[in-house]
Amino acid sequence: MSAKQVIKITVNGRAFERLVEVRMTLADFIRQELDLTGTHLGCEHGVCGACTILVNGEAVRSCLMLAVQAGGARLETVEGLANGNELHPLQRAFNDHHALQCGFCTPGFLMTAVAVLKENPAPTREQAREAISGNICRCTGYQPIIDAVVQAALELRGSQREPSK
Amino acid sequence: MKPAAFEYFAPATVDEALALLHEHGDEAKILAGGQSLMPLMNLRLARPKVIVDINRISGLDGIAASADGGLAIGALARQRAVEKSVLARERHPLLVAAMPLIGHFQIRNRGTIGGSIVHADPAAELPALSLLLDGEFLLARKDGARIIAAADFFLGYLTTAIEPGELLTEIRLPKWRAGTAWGIDEIARRKGDFALVGVAVRAELNGGGILEDVAIVMFGVGGKPQRIESAEAVLKGRPIEPAVLRVLSQAIADELEPDSDIHASSAYRKEVGGVLARRVLESALARPARTPR
Amino acid sequence: METANRTTGPYIGAPIKRREDFRFITGRATFVDDIKLPNMLHAAVLRSPRAHARIHAIDTSKALKIPGVVKIFTFDDLGELAVPVPIRMYQLAGLERHLQPLLAHDKVRYVGEPVALAIAESRYLAEDALDAVEIEYEDLPAVVDVYEAMKNEILIDETAGTNIAAVHEFSIGDVDQAFREAEYIRREEFRVHRFTGNPLETRGFVAAFDSGKGELTVWGVTKLPHLNRQTIAAFLKMPERKLHFIENDVGGGFGIRGELYPEDFLIPFASVKLGQPVKWIEDRREHLMAANHSRENRCQLEVAARKDGTILAFRAMVYGDMGAYVRTHGGLVPCSTAALLTGPYRVPNYQAKIHLVVTNKTGLGTFRAPGRYESCFYRERMIELMAKDLAIEPVELRFKNLIRPEEIPYTVGVTRPGSAPTVLDSGNYPSALRRGLKEFEYEKLKPLQGQLKSGRYYGTGIACFVKNTGGLEPYEGARIVLGDRNDVAVYLSISMLGQGHETAMAQICADALGVPMDWITVYHGNTDTTPFGWGTFASRGTVMCGSAVHLAGQRLKQKLLSLAAEQIGVAADALELREGKIYRLSTEAVPLDLDEIVSRVRHSGTLNQGLPELEETAYFHSNQMTYSYGVHLAHVAVDAETGVMEVLKYLVVEDIGRAINPLLIHGQTVGSAVQGIGGTMLEELIYDGNGQLLTGSLMDYLLPTSTDVPDIGSVTLEEAPSPLNPLGVKGAGEGGIVGTGAALANALSNALAIYSIQVKSLPLTPDRIRAWISGRAC
Repeated sequence: MSAKQVIKITVNGRAFERLVEVRMTLADFIRQELDLTGTHLGCEHGVCGACTILVNGEAVRSCLMLAVQAGGARLETVEGLANGNELHPLQRAFNDHHALQCGFCTPGFLMTAVAVLKENPAPTREQAREAISGNICRCTGYQPIIDAVVQAALELRGSQREPSK
Repeated sequence: MKPAAFEYFAPATVDEALALLHEHGDEAKILAGGQSLMPLMNLRLARPKVIVDINRISGLDGIAASADGGLAIGALARQRAVEKSVLARERHPLLVAAMPLIGHFQIRNRGTIGGSIVHADPAAELPALSLLLDGEFLLARKDGARIIAAADFFLGYLTTAIEPGELLTEIRLPKWRAGTAWGIDEIARRKGDFALVGVAVRAELNGGGILEDVAIVMFGVGGKPQRIESAEAVLKGRPIEPAVLRVLSQAIADELEPDSDIHASSAYRKEVGGVLARRVLESALARPARTPR
Repeated sequence: METANRTTGPYIGAPIKRREDFRFITGRATFVDDIKLPNMLHAAVLRSPRAHARIHAIDTSKALKIPGVVKIFTFDDLGELAVPVPIRMYQLAGLERHLQPLLAHDKVRYVGEPVALAIAESRYLAEDALDAVEIEYEDLPAVVDVYEAMKNEILIDETAGTNIAAVHEFSIGDVDQAFREAEYIRREEFRVHRFTGNPLETRGFVAAFDSGKGELTVWGVTKLPHLNRQTIAAFLKMPERKLHFIENDVGGGFGIRGELYPEDFLIPFASVKLGQPVKWIEDRREHLMAANHSRENRCQLEVAARKDGTILAFRAMVYGDMGAYVRTHGGLVPCSTAALLTGPYRVPNYQAKIHLVVTNKTGLGTFRAPGRYESCFYRERMIELMAKDLAIEPVELRFKNLIRPEEIPYTVGVTRPGSAPTVLDSGNYPSALRRGLKEFEYEKLKPLQGQLKSGRYYGTGIACFVKNTGGLEPYEGARIVLGDRNDVAVYLSISMLGQGHETAMAQICADALGVPMDWITVYHGNTDTTPFGWGTFASRGTVMCGSAVHLAGQRLKQKLLSLAAEQIGVAADALELREGKIYRLSTEAVPLDLDEIVSRVRHSGTLNQGLPELEETAYFHSNQMTYSYGVHLAHVAVDAETGVMEVLKYLVVEDIGRAINPLLIHGQTVGSAVQGIGGTMLEELIYDGNGQLLTGSLMDYLLPTSTDVPDIGSVTLEEAPSPLNPLGVKGAGEGGIVGTGAALANALSNALAIYSIQVKSLPLTPDRIRAWISGRAC
């Protein structure tokens, strides 16, 4: 029913070539065509941030892009954060601070946090609070997510990591 | 919530885009940042038969100094790029200061200056700012181009003077006069939401503290951003005193005929519009005017 | 965060980081939409765009012509299988007249009501099919207000003949006498708005019918998988054992997810009919109009008291807006409003009459602390009004009326239909209030009440609460199996929606059994492998299932000690099992590895009564509720000119009897408080006069974000363990939300005292606050 195009795309360092319907969203493409289901759909209208990924290094809502628009782009999703089973400092910090309960929003927050810390490697708590205000969580009340982002920032800057509980 | 089917084109040049727009007329919708259009398409509230994706067109996203001392912003310039642009901050501090009010940074990474202006949500910041800053828009079409002032561009709720077949390519902001005071603020239910009511002002005081020139634009108060000339008249030539500002608040409340919706009533927008205008003007005048470096 | 330490083993009471996190933080979790099966088809539900209309014709012919569209089911396709969505609890007489059909046939009664089910090769195509279905509707007038509906001028169901679906009343003591004697009487009408839980993951199912074996597997279930399986099996006329209900990872529930809705029946039905897997994932727009709404309630409350502030009686007329159909919860939500209206206070005479009224809206169901959020708001507001009238300090008025520890267990009386009397099991309510006032530095904030500083008015509000947890349904179970090489499996009868049970239950098992926690894996939600149970709701998971785990663990430990005793040749009480090894008390002898016992039993045919597996199953039974309790305190600043209120400080003090994992408790408290603050200030499901849902997306239904709330303080007390279960625990999932409406409304009223505003309705939005200040209608 809908026309198709071939796109070439790099995701978490790996190159893919796929034929896609032009109306397929980037979020659906990642989840359905590439089987990278870590990126989630919470609203499909750009409000909740659960679908956040990095496109060419920038955090975007993948439900608001068409897959064909990402041809030639470099994508990063939550699946690419850990190095095998070795967790990224942000992932470790989320676990340390109980910054997730149901876990549905978590990939979106992690990718947002990656983008935030790239631009502001030393956020204050209030800056971290504001930086994540485009992502919705229904379970945690945000507090532990803010704590986790600040802790991860410390660690990424190479400072002494606070002893975990 | 998946979009209905459409034909998709991603032209590489403005001419290609214009040819497509000419061919498909009002069946075509331009896809720029997608932050306004994609939600509507996913919800199937918008079902364009043809999508002309202009993101592949190079040269449409520049932020450049114009000869008159102002700014020429390509329609495809990302909101985030303007937010971080040193040139933009120098030449139009109000524009850059307003950017964090727009949505969230993830939205501004994709959203474009031109997209927001053509979408013309009456509660959006950029249309109001373009009006306040006496902006002009360059609209290209297959057989030519025209320039239209912001004051003539916004017609009503999500409606502008752009015609089928036209593409907004550039936003021109004239030179910002050194020493002009400026301010913008809004009441929103949450940070980053559209404004329930918003105000942007610019003002120039003479040496004796008398207001020589003032422009007040409000957004979220009707079908389009609104310049409140009656309120400006109240202020011009007057010193800025509490009594004068009270009259201003009332003049604005009297002038506004806002809509009611589920987020705020008409009465709310009227009352609070007046209050907000007074506060924004006060803080604009209290802020030391910066001379561009 | 602070807890009293009462551990009996190394694990209970420790703030252990969650073990389940790994898959979530790496994107390797499996939510239902992550499931992809060969030959899988996709469903989309055609939902009524009209609030109230007769259906004259449904034409699916155009839709069926779309390539890739496989089938469109309507009511007629259900044939003799057509049943309504059943009521599971609070089945008050009369409610059965308003059950929801699986698909509409003659009439639609709310915007969002399922009318047809389209099945196609992709969700995109299924939605194309929906667009192409043509339905002829004849519009009828709609009614969206409870009082209007009660006039019965517009009938939701003509056969029922009335919109008053049911009425329930109860009376404790002699309310009429109390009002005659009273020196003070006040009557107010309060209103709570319509809002709901909105978990970030919407609902969804994958149903896969294996036509070779005649067996059906369904993913996406949660909350009460065994019960739901029972119902769906009966619907499909298949043996229960041929249905496999599997809970995978769940993106939150808050009471909304896991109840039976039409889709729970339709998707399995579609798979059986088509012989292929069918996936249905609800989108957010649907969720707002299809998943249970909650809370909307009106209460005419009267209080009778002495001049010294002693409360003599409450009389309450409660009106619940049920929506167009009564769903699985029956009359629970409005009845729960009345059930704990008296809260932690001594109210010797109490009379309530609850009206359950149908309207042209989406049906009502439970949402975190259903009825309790509402009644706390009514009661705590009334106490503030009373305090002002009688010139008694509001805190003092509360202390005066709080039930004292020596009066507990305290019998309130029968406040729930067909149920045992409400008995407050344990607690020290004044202590919790004192603690809250101290932690919040209330004395320092008191002088700021109603003061104007830097353009804003400041106010502090309090709300005391009790919340029933646990109990409700009679039992839960756990089976613990000791396997080879130090592997312990715990099978739970309850579900997990993000609470962290995989960790907390492992802690309980580790302490009860005496093994290291990292030997333990917790399994849940699979009807094939887990014991039969009633489910995860009403914060009963830890109370009921945790107790079962504890009992099963202890029994398995005894079994192992007996076997070891036999082997070594000593009495069992000369042995101790800890950290996975069996030690001989008062000796330096080398401990026995459990693995040896496992191996011996597996190879023998006679040890362990001939059973080769070392396991124990235990069920914990209780028909009594436990009651967590505490206080909420809110400090706000209000800009009177704009109506914008900022929550500056918020504290929840809650006594939950005993904390299994303080990290998880703290998380529940903070999360539920933020949910409550958002619900009180931002969220609302708004209908227009024609029954159109105006808040159809998250752009209009506003969920709280990180910048809408302050950090939430939480103090977890363990002063009053529950006597009703072996662990002493009470549920901790809802206390943090119960008092949010009340505390914020009290804070706002105090802040704006100069305007003589007395808040009697929610939500607290800038427009409504401005309207109250300026005296205009809102």
